[in-house]
Amino acid sequence: MNEFKVRQRQKENITIVELQGYLDAHTAPILEQSFEDLLKEHRYNILVNCKNLEYISSAGLGVFMAFLDEVRKNNGDIKFSNMSVKIFNIFDLLGFPVLYEIYKDEQEAIVNFLDSRDSDKKKKA
Amino acid sequence: MHGANTEKLRIMSRTENLRSVRNFVAAKARQFGFSEDEVQNIILAVDEACTNIIKHGYNGNPDKFIDIMIDASSNVFEVRIYDTGRTFDPSAVKPPAVQKNMQRHERGGYGLFLMKNLMDEVEFVFKPDVPNELRLRKYLSK
Repeated sequence: MNEFKVRQRQKENITIVELQGYLDAHTAPILEQSFEDLLKEHRYNILVNCKNLEYISSAGLGVFMAFLDEVRKNNGDIKFSNMSVKIFNIFDLLGFPVLYEIYKDEQEAIVNFLDSRDSDKKKKA
Repeated sequence: MHGANTEKLRIMSRTENLRSVRNFVAAKARQFGFSEDEVQNIILAVDEACTNIIKHGYNGNPDKFIDIMIDASSNVFEVRIYDTGRTFDPSAVKPPAVQKNMQRHERGGYGLFLMKNLMDEVEFVFKPDVPNELRLRKYLSK
């Protein structure tokens, strides 16, 4: 039985990673593999949609922490959307909102990705 | 607190068993009268404790035992977790520093902090020649 699933979609240059189910020490390697594949393909704009994420433990949170630095060094980011109050409370307890941008929904996060891309272009121009 | 009504679960030290631990603890916590938010906090704390034992205490050895016992009486819900793995000094564990962890690509170190914040009392009992004991307590607010 699959208690955790990762699905990916592409929107412009943003990869939307949808998480579903229970993310714990047992299922974290599935997420780890997804992130490894994304980075291998040089996909650094990553939006994690948590709409169907039922549960997260620190083993799951650790996966984001392991890749965040490399993603940002490549001018990308890991942003989050559609987080339930339950999941947000865990992020908040650990002080993660200082580190990550968390948006109400996917659209809001995408607009933010596109805005930061535009401002990078302006800086370069 | 070690009464005749103690509920027990024994698992092998494998992450695939974390789900059974959560289900076991959630059922007892709900039955005791905790709100759904409190139930979620308790199961996360117990999950973190068992994950630490599997990864650090037993260093990934999948063939060891972890015993989980629950005693719930009056207004206190106590989960006791026993293992025979490596011990550590809980007072030496620093609270998580997320910025530093990011720079070091450090993925762990949140378990104990979560346990302490999600439960009312967290107590480790390490003694020679007997299993390690971790007591996690939560009080039912009336």
